[in-house]
Amino acid sequence: MTALSYNSLHHSSPQAADQIFVIVQHWIVGHAPVGLQPLLAILLSVVAIVGGFGLLFAITTILERKGLGRIQNRYGPNRVGFFGSLQPIADAIKSLTKEDIVPQTADKLVHLLAPILLVLAAFSVYAVLPVGRNMVLVNLDAGVLFFFAIGSVTEVAVFMAGWSSRNKYSLLGAMRAIAQMISYEVPLILSSLTVIMATGSLSTVSIVEKQAGYTGILPHWFIFTPWGFAGFVLFMIAATAESNRSPFDLPEGESEIIAGYYIEYSGFKFALFFLGEYLGMFAISGLAITLFLGGWNAPLPFLTWVPSYLWFFAKLLTLIVAFIWVRGTLPRLRMDQLMNFAWKFMLPMALLNLITAAVWHFMPAGPVRWLVSIVLVVVPYTVLGRNQMHKGHLEKRVYRFAE
Amino acid sequence: MSTSMEATTPAAHHGFADATMIDHESELLQISLGPHHPSTHGVFRMDVVLDGERVVKLKPVFGYLHRNHEKIAESTTYLASIPYTDRLDYMCSLSNNWAYAMSVEKLAGLQVPERAEYIRVIAAELTRLQNHASTIGFLMQEMGASGTPLMYAFREREKILDLFEALTGSRMMCNYMRFGGCRVDLPAGWLDQARKTVAEYPRFLDEFESLLASNEILLARTQGVGVLPPKLAIQGGVTGPILRASGVNYDIRKVDRYGIYERFDFKVPLGEHGDVYDRYMIRMLEMRESLKILDQALQQIAPGPIMDPKAKIRGFRPKAGEAYGRIESPKGELGFYLISDGTPNPYRYRVRPPSLINLTVLEDMCLGSSLADTVVIFGTIDIVLGEVDR
Amino acid sequence: MLGEGIAKGLIETARNFLGSYVNKDRLTTVQYPEERLPQAEATRDFPFLVYDGEDWQAGLRCVGCQICEKECPPKCIFIEKSTDKKPDAVGKPQFYPAVFNIDISVCMSCQICVKVCPFDAIKMDTAFELSTYDRFGGLLWDKAKLAKPNQHYHEIHPTEAAEVDGRLADERAKADAKAKAAAEAKASAPPPATPPAAPPANSGVSSTS
Repeated sequence: MTALSYNSLHHSSPQAADQIFVIVQHWIVGHAPVGLQPLLAILLSVVAIVGGFGLLFAITTILERKGLGRIQNRYGPNRVGFFGSLQPIADAIKSLTKEDIVPQTADKLVHLLAPILLVLAAFSVYAVLPVGRNMVLVNLDAGVLFFFAIGSVTEVAVFMAGWSSRNKYSLLGAMRAIAQMISYEVPLILSSLTVIMATGSLSTVSIVEKQAGYTGILPHWFIFTPWGFAGFVLFMIAATAESNRSPFDLPEGESEIIAGYYIEYSGFKFALFFLGEYLGMFAISGLAITLFLGGWNAPLPFLTWVPSYLWFFAKLLTLIVAFIWVRGTLPRLRMDQLMNFAWKFMLPMALLNLITAAVWHFMPAGPVRWLVSIVLVVVPYTVLGRNQMHKGHLEKRVYRFAE
Repeated sequence: MSTSMEATTPAAHHGFADATMIDHESELLQISLGPHHPSTHGVFRMDVVLDGERVVKLKPVFGYLHRNHEKIAESTTYLASIPYTDRLDYMCSLSNNWAYAMSVEKLAGLQVPERAEYIRVIAAELTRLQNHASTIGFLMQEMGASGTPLMYAFREREKILDLFEALTGSRMMCNYMRFGGCRVDLPAGWLDQARKTVAEYPRFLDEFESLLASNEILLARTQGVGVLPPKLAIQGGVTGPILRASGVNYDIRKVDRYGIYERFDFKVPLGEHGDVYDRYMIRMLEMRESLKILDQALQQIAPGPIMDPKAKIRGFRPKAGEAYGRIESPKGELGFYLISDGTPNPYRYRVRPPSLINLTVLEDMCLGSSLADTVVIFGTIDIVLGEVDR
Repeated sequence: MLGEGIAKGLIETARNFLGSYVNKDRLTTVQYPEERLPQAEATRDFPFLVYDGEDWQAGLRCVGCQICEKECPPKCIFIEKSTDKKPDAVGKPQFYPAVFNIDISVCMSCQICVKVCPFDAIKMDTAFELSTYDRFGGLLWDKAKLAKPNQHYHEIHPTEAAEVDGRLADERAKADAKAKAAAEAKASAPPPATPPAAPPANSGVSSTS
């Protein structure tokens, strides 16, 4: 079941740099008594995941603040450490030393459990993400299903936070969050369904392995197919909505309901909410990379000497930069427009994408297949897009001048 | 006088007229978008009753910034009130100065020399530019664009504030106009700096338009939201860009032709639908028209005196009488009504604040919209609490 | 097409991001307090009293006329006149202020006191980093703290100071010329005519010269 076999390292073309973490883990585990070895191996992997993605969280906070700063013609934080690089440590110290205020009428147990549950759920889904070659914690046969199932627990945590705070603003925020997250689960899962159909398996490891290989210099990633590209775009939009990022950050709409469902949290619990949100963002980006971007595979055949985990983190960083870029540019959607978009645009597109994937799978390879698939993607996009805009009579206007 | 016992439901405490609407079994949610709020442009409160996400009733509550401006003016001289008018609409202090100076000049029959008129027009149009830049920047901020358009707008506004500092000594509390002219003449090099700023400004407007004017999310958020019918606008006494966005052609610069505005060639943009998008675009277009006026004024200005020789600084006693002077401030019609009884202090000093009068139609615009829209609609009315509360 | 406006916006933001590394115009931050922007010449913050020469008490231009106290809108100036006189900027003996206090926590920098002063004695300073730990006494400035030399005025407002100095020099020259003319007239004036003795009743001799 696990990808750990201590006696043989016979997996496909290993190199020392690529497998360094696996080798180190095997060496440490070898020192323990045999009965405890599986437990120790899992514990080491868990520590590595928590430490690694925790460090990535710290780096992302500083990257986001400096990135947004440069977009807005200003420096980001640059007082703490060289170019502000120690700012996450300052933030951590601040959130640990702040007073933890719990409202008197709040439901104290639920108020305490909500951030903990959020972080637990957010960390649990990393178990099925293959971070590198032979580097997945658990190779479940139903890995993608596990991901979506545990990932939905975050929605419960959000609602717990909003409800237990006994505050009208947080209640509004929680309601909005639930509606948004449930609506966007459907296009998320439907767009990943195309990949599952194409590979015939729910296991994340086999999905990545199916995307190895190159024709010429073009890798076999699913994003380089029409249905894969459409699926990737739909998946990323739904992912933005799932992790409450701009332009879908209405539940924490800062300018109206001032932090929405976590308005009554302070100190370390607030930091846990932040952590949970960012971890969710990383996890879902990780799944997008696994499904559409070839996981830890290198993009060009002559670059396979670079270790696989470096490719995974490079792709993850690219997606994070895209998230930050979109946040700095776009205003946020209103609640009913959000839901409208999910149910009337993304759901039909995702369903039609399934048909496109099926057509691609059953037609013989060649330019005809490409043409048919591209038409099947572009036509619904234009029709549905025009429908969205014209429904509200949205257009650019021309103004007249008096006399 | 006997007073009846007031009902003690929560609604009565909050002053809502219909006390039966709020009871613990209804599904209506009453929220106070309270004085501490990132988007209320100052200390301002809105009591909103929501049905789900739709607004059913909205009551603006203000008065948190009342500073007794009108009563203080009755106990000081006319000259000493000028610094207090800066602090009315603290974003547009030069326009406030001009409106007050105009009222006093009408009262006392003073003539303003030509160079001073040119300087006043230049100052007022620069004020309009920086006020509209700040307004649309904050409107985007409230819609969630996390500060990016705001920073671009303020980048330009800083250049205009630098001009104000070079001319009057202070960036915002300018205290510059006097009765009969201006306080000091333009310093050396100011005209060149102003011309440079005006020449660089259109680039910011173009950037803004490419960033946002055809953005689908922006269009969806603003078109059809917060419609103000022209009849309601006229009945409510609304003035300024909001009125023109509803399609009513009323710009005091064209109607009264005060100052030397009739020498300049500029047009008044009008909207059709009266929604948030129109009010936003009207302000962009007005900025372009202001740039045209500034180009012409900066070219036509000629040396000369800047004060009426008959004007007195100390011991200023206008004859008994009354006067009302009004200008087209960036927010609407700003007027000062003065009654003098021959003493150095005014007998009655009254400000017609455009922000307060534009607020009276807030509820009508917001009924039926969602809570997120309320904040956006409120942002387009463009109020400043210093003016609302005085 | 849906998404076109969004794409345009994203390109604009990317241009600003990349431009902030190469173009000074797209990174307008001034890192205060290490860097400071130069202040405009006309900047006004809080008033100060000007004195000529080296001795701040003797050279203080203020004559305690209390015009600024009356015209100040928030009434933050407190003056007490002296009882003796000393020569002022143009040489005339005048009163001087025994007590001159300004409460800068009340002052709103409106500059009306400067405008109405007939003696060019009070001008606006440009210092704004004035935090203090004592918010009651620390922000009430007395005559000693307010008095600054004329060189300081030249440093912060060169054009104005040059104009004021020119005007004061003219006035002093006029006052000197007048005094000289009066002294000359007195020196070359005829000796005072002695009152004529009661003339004899029938003497026709006149004693006028």
